[in-house]
Amino acid sequence: MERPSEAPRPATAFRGISIGSPRSTDPATLVEKIGIKNLEFFYGSHKTLKDISLSIYDRRVTAFIGPSGCGKSTLLRVLNRMYDLYPGQRAVGSVLLDGQDILSPKQDINLLRARIGMVFQRPTPFPMSIFDNVAFGLRLYERLAQADIEARVEEALRGAALWNEVKDKLGQSGLSLSGGQQQRLCIARAIAVRPSVLLLDEPASALDPISTAKIEELIDTLQSQYTIAIVTHNMQQAARVSDFTAFLLMGELVEFSRTEDIFTKPSDPRTEAYVTGRFG
Amino acid sequence: MTLYERRKMKNRIALAASGVAALIGLFWLVAILGTLLVNGVSALSLTLFTESTPAPGNAGGLINAIFGSAVMSLFGILIGTPVGILAGTYLAEYGKSNPLASVVRFINDILLSAPSIIIGLFVYELMVVPMGHFSAWAGTVALSLIVIPVVLRTTEDMLNLVPDSLREAAAGLGAPKWQVVSHVVYRAARSGIVTGILLSVARVSGETAPLLFTALNNQFWSTDMNAPMANLPVVIFQFALSPYEDWRNLAWAGALLITVTILVLNIAARLLTARPSARQ
Repeated sequence: MERPSEAPRPATAFRGISIGSPRSTDPATLVEKIGIKNLEFFYGSHKTLKDISLSIYDRRVTAFIGPSGCGKSTLLRVLNRMYDLYPGQRAVGSVLLDGQDILSPKQDINLLRARIGMVFQRPTPFPMSIFDNVAFGLRLYERLAQADIEARVEEALRGAALWNEVKDKLGQSGLSLSGGQQQRLCIARAIAVRPSVLLLDEPASALDPISTAKIEELIDTLQSQYTIAIVTHNMQQAARVSDFTAFLLMGELVEFSRTEDIFTKPSDPRTEAYVTGRFG
Repeated sequence: MTLYERRKMKNRIALAASGVAALIGLFWLVAILGTLLVNGVSALSLTLFTESTPAPGNAGGLINAIFGSAVMSLFGILIGTPVGILAGTYLAEYGKSNPLASVVRFINDILLSAPSIIIGLFVYELMVVPMGHFSAWAGTVALSLIVIPVVLRTTEDMLNLVPDSLREAAAGLGAPKWQVVSHVVYRAARSGIVTGILLSVARVSGETAPLLFTALNNQFWSTDMNAPMANLPVVIFQFALSPYEDWRNLAWAGALLITVTILVLNIAARLLTARPSARQ
């Protein structure tokens, strides 16, 4: 893992990296897209998230950082109830998406997931053509004419900055692409259904630096249309792409604040120790 | 003798012993195939495929037995494959480790290794006795009972090889479980499942005992599924034990046909699994 060199003061540790974004991060001007309140999470009887409360703002990028096992991926997987696939995992508390509690038993999980796209650490192209990969989600919930599907597929591939590389081989298997292209294919597949939220679970950690840079640029572009939550191991990445950052440690939310503040003037000494690379 | 020399000596002994064992195994295989080739090829002729099994002393072929074997295997596969695939899907995707799934899995393993004569006797009691006569349908059912455990087991194994990340990716787009399985997981496991079906075809095309109790045999051309029907294994069984030279020659030809068919199916199965798309 990349770490800043031994620098005691966080402000200088990140010299040369632009922290946060030029976008407004004043909560007063922002709309809360997802409100997490007193969230606890259990694997069987083992509690892995303890009393988490934070807001994810509309069309902003929120990063979850923390050492391995801190619960950041678990938190992300609560937001589209991915944990529901596995018996014995449950969440308690409330997670409001546009004011509606998605943890409620009445929530239709498939409809929820259609509104919240997810991209995983390892690219997961389906064993079908590039075109069918992107059209997969479209065909689930929308009855579209073939021409409309083609238009939406192109739009999604352009949105994921992949169109120019694959436009002449849409019929080829998604598995024939390189790792970085596969990951952008997965992003295209997620945005094709026009979700309002994108969850990215360490989307670049299995990729080379050039592909990583492309994914980060893409996040920057997508931010204007989507609310994005990203889990990352890489603190520079969190600093570069996000507007808000949540630092988790052993299932607890240590600090949640504007990214700029987390990296330059953290209020908790544990946050400071982590972002300066003294542990984790 | 130093410790190192002793170790080298042990290595040589182990190598020699396993080499000899391999040679013994191979010798019999080559001997069997060689005898089969020598006797089978000399008995091959075009009339095999144009005429039915003859009375002793007359010229004839095996077309009724070839047809019977093909038809009963085909229907056996058509009945057994869907049951096997669906049951395997239940075990891998739905039941997992619940009590019903565990019981089904256990019983299936018994069925998988049960001597086929027991299946023949079972179908004899189930169909032949109540109907009052041997029939091709009874033979078909017996063969399908042999197909089911093979296909079930391969399907479950192949579905278990599909990584959960692929299921999560499909579920993450809002696909309901049955669509995750039918559109994505089956596709990823397709070549493995087809391999299992091919291997079960190979298995049933050589089965004698279940047909001996059910379809029995028929000296003449017959397409009536409600009547006894000729088939290669039983014809080989009866002709090979007969005192008539020309019948024994036909038995050799039939044995060669079955062996070649099984060889082709096995090669096809290997080619399918070796294809890159199988490695997902």
